[in-house]
Amino acid sequence: MKEIRTFTARKLAEKIKQKEISVAEAVQAALEQIGSVEGEINSFVTLDEEGAMKQAARIQKEIDSGELRGPLAGVPAAVKDNLCVEGLPATCSSRILENFVPPYTAEAVLNLKKAGAVILGKTNMDEFAMGSTTETSAFGITRNPWNTDYVPGGSSGGSCAAVAAGECFYALGSDTGGSIRQPASFCGVTGLKPTYGTVSRYGLIAYGSSLDQIGPVAKDVADCAAILEAIASYDKKDSTSLNRKDRDFTAALKDDVKGMKIGIPRDYLGEGLEPDIKAAVLAAAKALEEKGAFVEEFDLSLVEYVVPAYYVIACAEASSNLARFDGVKYGYRSREFEGLHQMYKKSRSEGFGPEVKRRIMLGSFVLSSGYYDAYYLKALRTKALIKQAFDRAFETYDVILGPVAPATAPEIGKSLSDPLKMYLGDIYTVSVNLAGLPAMTLPCGLDEKGLPIGLQLIGDCFQEKKILTAAYAYEQTREWKNCNIQEVSA
Amino acid sequence: MSREYETVIGLEVHVELATKTKIFCGCSTAFGGAPNTHTCPVCTGMPGSLPVLNRQVVEYAMAVGLAANCSINRYCRFDRKNYFYPDNPQNYQISQLYLPVCRDGSVEIETPAGKKTVGIHEIHMEEDAGKLIHDEWGDCSLVDYNRSGVPLIEIVSEPDMRSAEEVIAYLEKLRMMIQYLGASDCKLNEGSMRADVNLSVRRAGEEAFGTRTEMKNLNSFKAIARAIENEKNRQIDLLEEGKKVIQETRRWDDVKEYSYAMRSKEDAQDYRYFPEPDLVPLEISEEWIEAVKSRQPEFQPEKMQRYKKEYGLPDYDAQILTGSKYLADFFEAVTELCKKPKKVSNWLMGETMRLLKEQEMEPEDISFSPENLAKLIELTEEGSINGTVAKEVFEQIFAKDVDPVSYVEEQGLKTVNDAGELRNIILQVIKDNPRSVADYQNGKEKAIGFLVGQTMKAMKGKANPGMVNQILRELL
Amino acid sequence: MYIREQEEQTLQEVEKKQDKNIISDETIEYVGILAKLELSGEEREQAKKDMKEMLDYIDKLNELDTAGIDPMSHIFPVNNVFREDVVSNGDDRENLLKNAPETKDGSYLVPKTVE
Repeated sequence: MKEIRTFTARKLAEKIKQKEISVAEAVQAALEQIGSVEGEINSFVTLDEEGAMKQAARIQKEIDSGELRGPLAGVPAAVKDNLCVEGLPATCSSRILENFVPPYTAEAVLNLKKAGAVILGKTNMDEFAMGSTTETSAFGITRNPWNTDYVPGGSSGGSCAAVAAGECFYALGSDTGGSIRQPASFCGVTGLKPTYGTVSRYGLIAYGSSLDQIGPVAKDVADCAAILEAIASYDKKDSTSLNRKDRDFTAALKDDVKGMKIGIPRDYLGEGLEPDIKAAVLAAAKALEEKGAFVEEFDLSLVEYVVPAYYVIACAEASSNLARFDGVKYGYRSREFEGLHQMYKKSRSEGFGPEVKRRIMLGSFVLSSGYYDAYYLKALRTKALIKQAFDRAFETYDVILGPVAPATAPEIGKSLSDPLKMYLGDIYTVSVNLAGLPAMTLPCGLDEKGLPIGLQLIGDCFQEKKILTAAYAYEQTREWKNCNIQEVSA
Repeated sequence: MSREYETVIGLEVHVELATKTKIFCGCSTAFGGAPNTHTCPVCTGMPGSLPVLNRQVVEYAMAVGLAANCSINRYCRFDRKNYFYPDNPQNYQISQLYLPVCRDGSVEIETPAGKKTVGIHEIHMEEDAGKLIHDEWGDCSLVDYNRSGVPLIEIVSEPDMRSAEEVIAYLEKLRMMIQYLGASDCKLNEGSMRADVNLSVRRAGEEAFGTRTEMKNLNSFKAIARAIENEKNRQIDLLEEGKKVIQETRRWDDVKEYSYAMRSKEDAQDYRYFPEPDLVPLEISEEWIEAVKSRQPEFQPEKMQRYKKEYGLPDYDAQILTGSKYLADFFEAVTELCKKPKKVSNWLMGETMRLLKEQEMEPEDISFSPENLAKLIELTEEGSINGTVAKEVFEQIFAKDVDPVSYVEEQGLKTVNDAGELRNIILQVIKDNPRSVADYQNGKEKAIGFLVGQTMKAMKGKANPGMVNQILRELL
Repeated sequence: MYIREQEEQTLQEVEKKQDKNIISDETIEYVGILAKLELSGEEREQAKKDMKEMLDYIDKLNELDTAGIDPMSHIFPVNNVFREDVVSNGDDRENLLKNAPETKDGSYLVPKTVE
């Protein structure tokens, strides 16, 4: 049993197909691990043991009858708590949605179910995906399985910690400004943020609608490709969904980067980047170069402007997206109030945590009369310039390579007191969301504290395959091949 | 005093479009229905739900824009208007601020003062809000989202109107145009057409506009006229007293005939519009515009010409009948059945209009079938019933859509054409009215009318008056 | 007297320039009305400080010359995504109302709205 949970999703599916392991055994293995480590890690907000066993029985039948044959059939997975799954609470780790049970399932999760996934439960996150540490959750912090004194990153910290701790074989996260890539890198797992519009957002509780994308968190590059292939779809329920014809992402799993042009933004290696990270990232670049890639440094420009532009746009959209949480149709309503407006104010003030309130306030302010042009439009113009900078870069390079974050995982309790400093940690990730680009992260080493370091690979729009190829090729050279599941010290 | 002032009025007209489904989801727009039975995650603002635009909404908006001589914005977009209110489930309304679908149009209106052009500033698409029902018993309100997400267009005029008459003429023109397009039924009393009045006053001859107010909750043409008069006077009074008009939104109470400011500390009226990220922009091609143009129906002027030419109707008839799309359609339906256009016109312009007016109804409220009016016309034409009876039967048709053939049969209203029976009755009438007989024989021609009347009375109206006249003269 | 007044004014102007993002109580109150958030005294002070810091930081964007650059709201030039006008939803009231904090007669119950 213990061995099972070291398997990648694809390997487990293969064993299930060969009838070496049953789906129920796989689910059992995950539940056992959850049982032993969850007290320490707290990856899950909702665990659906009974439902998982039921799904296992049904999926086993479909596998046996030959209906289900995909590379993920029968594999237990977890889903971030901002994705709706019919019948399971979707809290976004917020008090305001504590009792919300959506009557529908997110399109991405429906696609996963079609691929034969067993949904174990919903993972913890920063409240409404606002945060970089999973410490803003209303339902307790999640700890980093590599060292439980450290945060797992965020906002998809629960999904990444669950995969790293072997509580599930893969998970879905969402990425608005780095919320998949940063926690994946902090937890030593592999994560991918697809091109905007590749995965339907229907059923994803929005944070920043123009930035949000759902993506996989997995143990290796091949799993990521397989999961993305399963969840990507053209969905008529999402007007921003793109009808892509090139969704055969697993076709990119080739150990061949000969002639691939890789650019490293010089501006990503400067002041503020921890030396261990710089060394690990440059070593990864070297490994790719040795495999025949052409690697050079270049000036991407505008790097110091991405964080302010991002926070203006994300908070503005969030202030509007989160207006619907008002105690009328669902979610928390304050017990005592006088009149309608106080009902709104008390329900929202009691239901939202401090970080969410901070961003709603900022977002409301930048859109308010007299400030719209100076802040919001300025940010949208900056976004246009950032997009142009990437367009220029991709005229020369196939892939942009760099770090995910300036530092590895911080210690628990050290981040929230200085929000601005925390936001600055997003400097290498948010521009990808502003420009709608695909990007992924995979582990490329450990720092002096023994915490994982992530490598980030960014592609031009629709070029997931190029970053998957680069990632796959690098993964083959990495000594630390299967991204060892960490034994959590209880 | 008020003669020194000029009233300046601009209108914001909301029209609910006649689509089958809502603007952003597949819920029915059917009127009525138990509360919240026409709702889904999208139109109740459930988290994770997303809007998808109904193509027909754009087509209707374009059609109205083209009819109102607007230019169609080749690139347009939706924006979010943010404000908290329980009838607005997302607490933002998806609307168009920065790039509306139509701009710069005009419609021509006619009042006793003459013809005039009213400019259309823009037409934009947006979603309607739900309905709030105030619980009489408790200290609470109930929210029904059946109307939430019903498509609207808002037609914003330039401040080109100067009187209530012009406002009503403008609204009637818009209504007729939109009804001709089939884009909406435009019922003010049911809220499928709503007008907000922006009004300011200025001293005659002044260039600059005064401070305007916006008046809401106007549910009939009469209410609009009363509210305009009232608000004009209120503003003039303020200015005369040396006070200032405050720019604000006011709500009209038509029962009390006064308006009050809708001001609250909690309504900042700062809507924080920004581009709706969940919807993609619209790019309207020349081909699409041409396609919508080619599908535009025959509007009133052309229809009027055709009625005169094809049906030989006089000017006056053609004008009245085409003044309402419903009336015109009805006319054509009945004429198609009985092939007697002038008779149909007479019935519609006479009795139908009289009863509509009497019951404060609009042509679109006509509930009887064209078949029954056609049958009634045939009954009178073949002489089966006389004019008086026909009017009586028509009232039944108007009220209950009865079949005139069986109604006349059941009620025994058929004209008696049996000369023998009639002769006996007339003999009795002559016997009973010797004085009138004497008068007639002494040359008082008028007396025969009285005798005809007496005969008709005795026949309970079922006699053919021509026949009665003829027999009377014979016998005298 | 005259001179002092002038000095004070200048000082205020300087202060204003340096600290143009100082958030007043009125501003926090106003934003609270827009966002429907009620902040306690302590939260309010924190919010003033946080917002000022963020705005100071965001002002960095003013270093960028964005003249002539169109604001970019949508990343991809994807246009005209429609649904056809066909009813596809039935009555799902029970399911939707299940999550409501308070309901009555098939409707959502809210404190009396004043018109």
